[in-house]
This record gives sequence, structure tokens and C-alpha cells, in this order.
Amino acid sequence: MVIDTSKTISAPASGDTTASCWSCGDMRAAHFCHACGKVQPPLPVNYFSFFGLPRKLNVDVLRLERDFYELSRKLHPDLNARADKREQEWSLEQSSLLNDAYRTLKDPIKRTQYLLRLEGVELEEQSKTATEKARASGEVKKQIVPPDLLEEVFELNMQLEELRMNKKMGEHDPALVKDLEAHKAQFEKKYEELAEELKGHWNRWDQAVDRNNGDERRGALDSMVDLLNRRSYIRNLVRDVNEALGN
Amino acid sequence: MTDRIVGIDLGTTNSLVAFMQGDRPVVIPGADGVNLVPSVVALDDKDQIIVGNAARKYLIETPERAVYSIKRLMGRGIEDIQQELKLFPFRLADDLQTGEVLRIRLGERTFTPPEISAFVLRQLKRNADRFFNAPVTKAVITVPAYFNDAQRQATKDAGRIAGLEVLRLVNEPTAASLAYGLDKKQNGIVAVYDLGGGTFDISILKLHDGIFEVVATNGDTHLGGDDIDNLLITIALDDIRGDMGLDVSRDGEAVATIRKAVIEAKIALSSQPATTLEVELPGGKHYLRKIAREQFEQLIQPIIDRTVGPCKQALKDAGLKPEQIDEVVLVGGSTRIPKVRVLVEAMFQRKPHTDLNPDEVVALGAAVQANILSGGSEATENMLLLDVTPLSLGIEVAGGVTDKIILRNSTIPASATQHYTTQVDGQTNVAIHVLQGERELAKDCRSLARFELKGIPSMPAGIPRVEVKFLIDANGILHVSAREQRSGKEAEIEVQPSYGLTDEQVESMILDSFDSAEEDFRERQVIEARNEAGTILAALEKGKRSPAWGQLTSAEKKRIAKLEKALNEVKSEDDYQAIRTAIDALNQGTMRLAELMMDSAVSTALKGKTMDQADMGEGPDAPHPVAKAEFE
Repeated sequence: MVIDTSKTISAPASGDTTASCWSCGDMRAAHFCHACGKVQPPLPVNYFSFFGLPRKLNVDVLRLERDFYELSRKLHPDLNARADKREQEWSLEQSSLLNDAYRTLKDPIKRTQYLLRLEGVELEEQSKTATEKARASGEVKKQIVPPDLLEEVFELNMQLEELRMNKKMGEHDPALVKDLEAHKAQFEKKYEELAEELKGHWNRWDQAVDRNNGDERRGALDSMVDLLNRRSYIRNLVRDVNEALGN
Repeated sequence: MTDRIVGIDLGTTNSLVAFMQGDRPVVIPGADGVNLVPSVVALDDKDQIIVGNAARKYLIETPERAVYSIKRLMGRGIEDIQQELKLFPFRLADDLQTGEVLRIRLGERTFTPPEISAFVLRQLKRNADRFFNAPVTKAVITVPAYFNDAQRQATKDAGRIAGLEVLRLVNEPTAASLAYGLDKKQNGIVAVYDLGGGTFDISILKLHDGIFEVVATNGDTHLGGDDIDNLLITIALDDIRGDMGLDVSRDGEAVATIRKAVIEAKIALSSQPATTLEVELPGGKHYLRKIAREQFEQLIQPIIDRTVGPCKQALKDAGLKPEQIDEVVLVGGSTRIPKVRVLVEAMFQRKPHTDLNPDEVVALGAAVQANILSGGSEATENMLLLDVTPLSLGIEVAGGVTDKIILRNSTIPASATQHYTTQVDGQTNVAIHVLQGERELAKDCRSLARFELKGIPSMPAGIPRVEVKFLIDANGILHVSAREQRSGKEAEIEVQPSYGLTDEQVESMILDSFDSAEEDFRERQVIEARNEAGTILAALEKGKRSPAWGQLTSAEKKRIAKLEKALNEVKSEDDYQAIRTAIDALNQGTMRLAELMMDSAVSTALKGKTMDQADMGEGPDAPHPVAKAEFE
């Protein structure tokens, strides 16, 4: 580990600095010189603008990958190993930004979470630290049960309690285990379905951006926050069941 | 021409240095013509460092002055090597403190693992210097993909100590894929299974028009051929105790002999159905045991099965099924074991590639990477390696929980920013504990460092906003920087690395200083040899004046004059060995003079003595001809 106090690194700012040519929209212009190939100092960009993309959620992942490879061929430290110290530093910063941006944008969930954060939304999901802390200390974290899941969650919790009791008593109830497995499968299916639902919200968001409709944007954001919360709730539930079943 | 950069595989068992010759990477052999330099370091009886093949005999003759498999201790603390200490004859320094970098005893001296690795690196550097007839100062060094930050840093330190600028640390399986990829410029998914002497790695890569993108890696930094050897040694020791009633487990020399024999047996069993383990024990008894391959395979099954978990995890992380893997590449000497090949084939459902020598492929790949770093050539055009960090990086948050901020298998360089604030009014320091690992609790992860943000402007609680940036560079090594955002002031970071040497310690260890110690040693040798020459020449002058001189034939006198002249000539030069040779020659040549000088009564008793011994008058003042060499 190396500690460097000699410099400060500017974080991607929340405002969109366009990292693309004002004329043709080519984002490569911002990161390296087309004439001599030299790496440019990093701009205060966000992950979308780094790739010259609008702040929209439908992303052409194949194109993103192609751009990622192309930029890697220019920005990676291996290809700038003979440049002077300053350029090497830019190369390191630029390529870490490139990697961070690509990793975030290529994944639908991470992309959504990132956009929400850019829009100033603090997700319940963001408090995963608190969740883990609660888990570590053995407490049950208070989480609001999504209303549409209330009934099922209630039933599932009863079964989990029963299973834990059984375990304590050294008993084994195959029917209960089977029931739990079935429940778990149901939740896993719901979890999968959320991906489709999310795409609907993306479309709503993207259209709102195009139309510059503030209310629509807020509505889309709220739906996405709600969806991600439900998603993390289900994920925790499935994890709890797996733990109880000893999977 | 740009500086030459070599590629180095610093292995647990063997090390190699390679470079790109035209469009092909080639291994640079040592002076003995051998490509592999065993990673063995020993002190000889003159306290000189011996490395490689020449050092191997010391493992058996003076095991307390030799060390092997030091890679197992790189970047590790005393508390995490308890298991190794049971299985390996590492002799730790007696005065070792907890939290201190390990020191290993060789004879009377102690060395840290990076220093011992540096001796191996310096041998490789010498081989390269000799090969190019010019000093090599830059290198790419490979490390197991699953090495953590401390282990990587220790490897980099070793390079610096050896006088090498380490331009890049490359993961071994990735390097191997580069060597393979040079031939087959094709797209697809490749799995590299690397089972070496002490480490196991599995890496899954996506090849795309010259880009080698690692998608997942996993492994075990304490799993390899060593474990098989130790298992066989334990069985042999049990046998010897049981059948012969002899406990030799504490006898370093006997254990080293058994180790050598089991390694030979292990190697033999890769090509023949059975072999005989034969060891001569102290007292002349022989231990004989026939081992069939089938039996060997049963014994090692639990060890090689330990590679399955990491492979499954890597596939899962990559989001791939075994049948989606297009090619499997085998790396590391332990993949010569047929049973290992069977296991790999079953796991990935295809026959693995073995066309490149599994001992050399990593070094060859390092040479390819060295070529890319030096600007590339036609052969490496368009080639680029995108590697990942093998372990998640986290920080400790309230409750002793790890909050992961850079997940494993993230492409490097990678970064993450965290914001910190204060808990009480006027607080100016914030402590941060950086961790590496996958476990939820901080205590189960690897502690990288604790550091304190200092000089935060005094503000009400919760107002300061310190941004800390964690950046993992292309070597997989973490860099940390911090800034207080409200004041724009850089926050000062005080680091307490959990493991590893400080910069100052590394500086003081750099082998130039060791080289100069050797220089001192040589100088002392020269001075001593000159003194001795003076003594014998003075004694000769005395002899010339004695009546005995007249008794010599003219041929004898002529010969002595010639030898005297020869000694006088080399005496002023800096070559102590030449001076000693001339002294020995003159001693031989004046043997008869010495005899004649003796009183006839004593002459019979002193027959065979040399000039300066015969001249007893000068004896006590003469310096000891071979003063004990010592240098620090």
C-alpha cells in the first residue's frame, strides 16, 4: 500500500461536464489527443459523460464495451509506461476512471443506482453498511416491508421461526423445508421479474429526459427507488432463508 | 534504444528471467546453462550468499544456513505463518516482535523475506547482465494472482532491494496467457489453471482482438507442490518412527534428505507407474518404500481437490458455465501430475493445453508484458492486458464490520472515494482501517493499514467533509490520498502499515549496500593477502642471507627469483586470489630452502614445512593468513 499525500484527485462532479467533442459528440477527444495520442488530464466528469453518453438508462452495452476497449488502448498505464511522470499519473487516473465508469454502466443495477445517486437520491440500498452492522451484532434491522409483499413475508417469517425452533430442538421437518424452498423459489422468481419492471422505469426516465419533464423525471426516480428497495428486501429474505436452510 | 526490460518469474521453487528476442520470448540461462534458478538461498562457510543450484547442497549439508520456499512468507506476519512453521524448516529470528516484518535466520545472520527474495532476483539480474553484457535495471515481476496488497508490496520491495526498478507486477496466470496468446491470436474465453510450488491460481480471461481481459480470478496462496512434499515427508517420518523406531523429525539434515527423495519420487510418478523412495538415514540405516502411482494419487487427492472450490467460484464470478470455456491452459510444475490433469479436464470438460513448458510459460509471458511496457513490437502490437484485483478492498465501519468499497474482480486501475466526517465538535483526526478480503467482519479480513487523517480544520461535529480516495494501481497495489472538501485542505495521512517494510527500511536494504559490503570483504582479503606476501618476501630476504642459500642449485635460485618477481608484480594489484596463488607458488618453490635453513636436528621433524613456518622468528608477528571474514 502506498500513501500519497502529495496530490489531490478531483472526484467526478455531480454536474455534467461534457467529455465529448461539442460538434460530433465523440467522447474520445476529451481523453487523449487525436493528433499525438497523448493522454489528457482527467476532466471532472461523471461516468455517463466520460463515455460521452447522456444521463439516460438505456445504454447500448455492446457499444459501451467497444468504447471501453478503444479507450483502454489509449489510456492504460501499460501503454504510457514510458511517458513522463505527470502523464503517467494522468494515465493512471484516467484509466481508473474509465474502469470504474465501465464497471458501473455495464451493469443494469449499478447503472440505475449510480444515476439515482447523481440525482441526489440516497437509497435505502446505500445503507447496506447499517444492514451489515445489524447482522454482525445479531440484531434485526428494521426494514419497511414493501406492502405488496406483506402477507408472504409474514408467512415466510413464521416458517423461518419454526425452522429455527426445530433446529434448536434437534428436530427435522422435511415438509417445512420443502415449503420454505418453494417460498424461496417464489421470491427468486419475483426477484428476476424486477429486472423487466426496471426496464419500464428506464424508458419512462429516458423519455422524461428527452422531454425535459421535471415531474416525470421525479416520478421515474421514485419508482426506481421503490423497486430497488423491494429488490434488496427480497435479496435479504432469500439470503435469510438460505442461511436458515444451511445452503 | 530504450532501456531493456526483462520479465521475471519469482517462483516458490524456481525462478527465471526472460526477454523478448525479436518476436519470441526466450528464457535467459545462467552461467551453468540452466534456465531454472532454484529459489534457494544459503550462506557458505565464508558467510557469502549462495543462490540457486549451488545453494541446494546446503539444504542438506547445513540446513540451518539455507532457506527455500521463502515466497510463502512474503508480506506475512508471524501470526499468519504458524501453519507454515510446522511444515517448513523456517528458522525465525529469536528477538522477533509481533507486528514486525519477519526475519529468517541463516547461520548467524537474519534476513527479511524480501531480502532473501532479493538475493534470488539479483542472481537473475546477474544472469541477464551477463547475457546482455550490460546491466539490466528494469523488470516486470510476476506474482500469484491471488497475492494480497502486502504480498505484492513485499515483492516490489524485493525488486528494489535487488537494484531493479519494478515497472509492473503481473499476475502469473495472466502472464501465462500472454505467452500462449502470442501464438494464437484469437478471440474466446480462456481459463488458466496455475498450480505451482506454493500457490494456486485460477484466472478466466476474455480474449478480444489482442486485449486480454481478466474477468475473474481466484486461488489459494498456500497451496502447491510443497503441500504434496510435506504430506509425503510426514508419511515417511511416521514410517521411520513406526518401523525402525527412529525419530528423525527434529534432525534437519535427515528431513532435508527425505524431502529431496520424496520430490524425486513425486516427479518420477508423473511418468512411471511406480517408484521406490529410498533414503539413507543417520547411522547408515536405509528407509525403502515402494509407491505406486495409484497410491500416490489417493494420497494427494485431498490436496488437489482444494483447487476445485476456487475454480467454481471464479466461474461463478465470471458468470460462466464450464462448457463456455474455449481453452484451458496449464501452468506450474505441479500440473505435470497426471491426476491434476484429469481433474482439470473433468472440471472444464476439455483437454487442457500443455504445449508450453509449464515451468517457463510465466517468465515468457512476463517478457511479453515487458515488451508491451517498453513500447511494444510487431509481435505484441495491439496486445493489452486488463487485469483485476483478486480481493475486495474494504474499510472497517462501526461494529467491526467490513464495508467493501472496491469489489474483487474489478478491472485495475480501480478507485473508490469515501467521505468521512467528525463525531464531536472540534475533532481534527479521523482514524481509518483499510482491509482486504471477502469476509463480513473486519477481524476476518486482512488488515492492510490503519491510518489517521490529521489536521482536519476544527469545525462542529459532522461539518467537515473529508474525501478519501482509494486507488488500486495496475500492479494491484493500493494508494490512498485525502482532502478536506470544505476547506479544500489536504488532510495529512499518517499510516501504520499492518505488514511490510517502510521505505526507509527498504532503502537501507538495497543490495548496493550489500554489494559494497562484499566490496569491503574483497578489500580486506586483498589487504590480508598483501600482508602475507610481505611476510614471506621478508622471510625470503632473510633466507638469502643465510648459509642455506649457498646450498641451493642455480636452477633452484633462478626459479625462486622468478616466483619472487611474480609475487611482487601481483602484490600491488587488487586481485587477492592472484596474490594467494603467487604466495602458494613461492611457498612451494622455497620448500627446500626452508628445510636447509633448519638445524639438522629439527630439520627432520619439520620436514614439509613452508618458508614462513620454518622462519619461526617472524611467526608471532605475521597476520593470520585467513582471518575470519565478516561483513555487515
